[in-house]
Amino acid sequence: MKIDIKHVALRQAQDKQNGQGQMKINIKHIAKLANLKLKDEDLPRLETQLNEIVSYVEKLNEVNTKNIEITSQVTGLENVTREDTPAPSLTQEEVLSGTRSKHNGLFKVGAILEE
Amino acid sequence: MKLNELTIKEAVEGLKGKKFSSVEITQACLDQIEKHNSEINAFIAVNEHALDEARRADEIRESDSNSPLLGVPIALKDIYMTKGLRTTAASKVLENYIPQYDATVVRKLKDAGAVILGKLNHDAWAHGASGENSDFGPTKNPWNTDYVPGGSSSGSAAAVALNMTIAASGTDTGGSIRQPASFTNTVGLKPTYGLVSRYGIIAMASSLDSIGHLTKTVEDCAIYLNVTAGNDPMDATITKNRIPNYLEDLNKGVGGIKIGMPKEYLGSGLDPRIKENIEKVIKKFGELGAEMVEISLPHTEYGLACYYIIQPAEVSSNLARYDGIRYGYDRSYFGDEAVRRIILGTFTLSSGYYEAYYKKAMQVRTLIRQDFEKAFEKVDAIISPVSPTPPWKLGEKVDDPLKMYLSDAYTVIANLAGIPGLAVPSGFIQHQTFGAGFIGDLPRSDRGLPTGFQILGPQFSEKLLFRIGHAFEQTQERRICEI
Repeated sequence: MKIDIKHVALRQAQDKQNGQGQMKINIKHIAKLANLKLKDEDLPRLETQLNEIVSYVEKLNEVNTKNIEITSQVTGLENVTREDTPAPSLTQEEVLSGTRSKHNGLFKVGAILEE
Repeated sequence: MKLNELTIKEAVEGLKGKKFSSVEITQACLDQIEKHNSEINAFIAVNEHALDEARRADEIRESDSNSPLLGVPIALKDIYMTKGLRTTAASKVLENYIPQYDATVVRKLKDAGAVILGKLNHDAWAHGASGENSDFGPTKNPWNTDYVPGGSSSGSAAAVALNMTIAASGTDTGGSIRQPASFTNTVGLKPTYGLVSRYGIIAMASSLDSIGHLTKTVEDCAIYLNVTAGNDPMDATITKNRIPNYLEDLNKGVGGIKIGMPKEYLGSGLDPRIKENIEKVIKKFGELGAEMVEISLPHTEYGLACYYIIQPAEVSSNLARYDGIRYGYDRSYFGDEAVRRIILGTFTLSSGYYEAYYKKAMQVRTLIRQDFEKAFEKVDAIISPVSPTPPWKLGEKVDDPLKMYLSDAYTVIANLAGIPGLAVPSGFIQHQTFGAGFIGDLPRSDRGLPTGFQILGPQFSEKLLFRIGHAFEQTQERRICEI
């Protein structure tokens, strides 16, 4: 647990050095990672709200979790497989029925690489 | 009694006995929706084919009347995919999205003969505890329209409470079925994780999402689960356990059953009126012959912090697919709450923070799970409050997300531990200004706002929860909501 706290402290110190102030979350950076475009006028409110939430969840640092395993699957299932047999699926027409943007039976998407 | 006020059990009996038709019940529900939806905003869309489906059910009734829900009108939270029927997740991102297939549960309900009345409002992407995060406007509590109906399954709760439908589906990731049920005098089940298929239900937090429903009685809740539980090759987390008949033990009573009351749950932070109500419930169970035992769940106080790391992390991952490239609109259409959770989750999963937040929370989750495992060595089931407070007024918490999150304190624990929870109504409590005589603040019915408690049990103990809930329900009078 101590390591975790130190780690966060270290990270925050680094953030501070990088000129990111007291904020726990560098919202602009995280928004970029999450592909969200935020309006500048929304940032101060969002920062206040998120910092409050992060301060609250840091309550977990009080708990000693040394040698405690993680729980990611709560009913204890492991290695679930199924028979690999072909079965009917959606038709091409059905798959495209919910899109606004299609061309020649395919999804039409913006270019990733341009000349 | 009006046909829309029927329970599932009463509707099925009446249909079998030819006392009325599915068309008549469906029409009664549609009339109630027509009359009240503009004020309550429980439905995002009404299924224009509902009466056709009812007519077909009446025809099938002539030849085969064994389907358990044949001709019973129900409504679906608008996060359940319905083939050919718009499904929005109550978000502008999916405002025009028409699914190509039915969720497994929707298919099971249709196969059982249910008539689909329409799609119900909720907090967008199931993020919220009041219904106010819907991009289609808030739902109002039919018991008093100044108050929230709870959330995120806000429309499901309001529609069942006001008899716009016979029953409704919901989803519960941190309390989204149990809390609105307790705010509206309805019964709500959060099944064990993996008991009911998640396939085709728009994902919120995949390790926590539980697919349940809201009904008018505990017995209805069991009838509904008999249809939805179990087997689905499309969901790898579904249980391989044999599915019992959930009605089997309903009338066995609580004599000799040990019910735990966690001492941590009646501490500070619990509204005194809720505390008083829970104490009455405990007393009632004693009178019914249950053995009440004080237990301890020491990691309870960390449940909420644990949940508000794991859940947003999984939300950020699940919502990453909504880029507007194939279906729906782009990410600029996300509402405020989705944006908060995506940022929070992306942050806790980002390089350098993962171990301090996400991994730590998954370890604490183990401790919470173990708390329950130890408790269930001593008791058969546990009772607990659902919400720490009665319903609050619309607008009261919308600008303070942390305050809104704190209302999940008693419900998130079951999702973290993967155990089932059944919310059962336990009466009405007066608004606090009642004594002071502010007439304007008085609930419309003059009789207060609904409250409920929850019964928690070990994983896959739903049958026992119904037995306990039903025993309590028999001591209460059913009250019809009038507007």
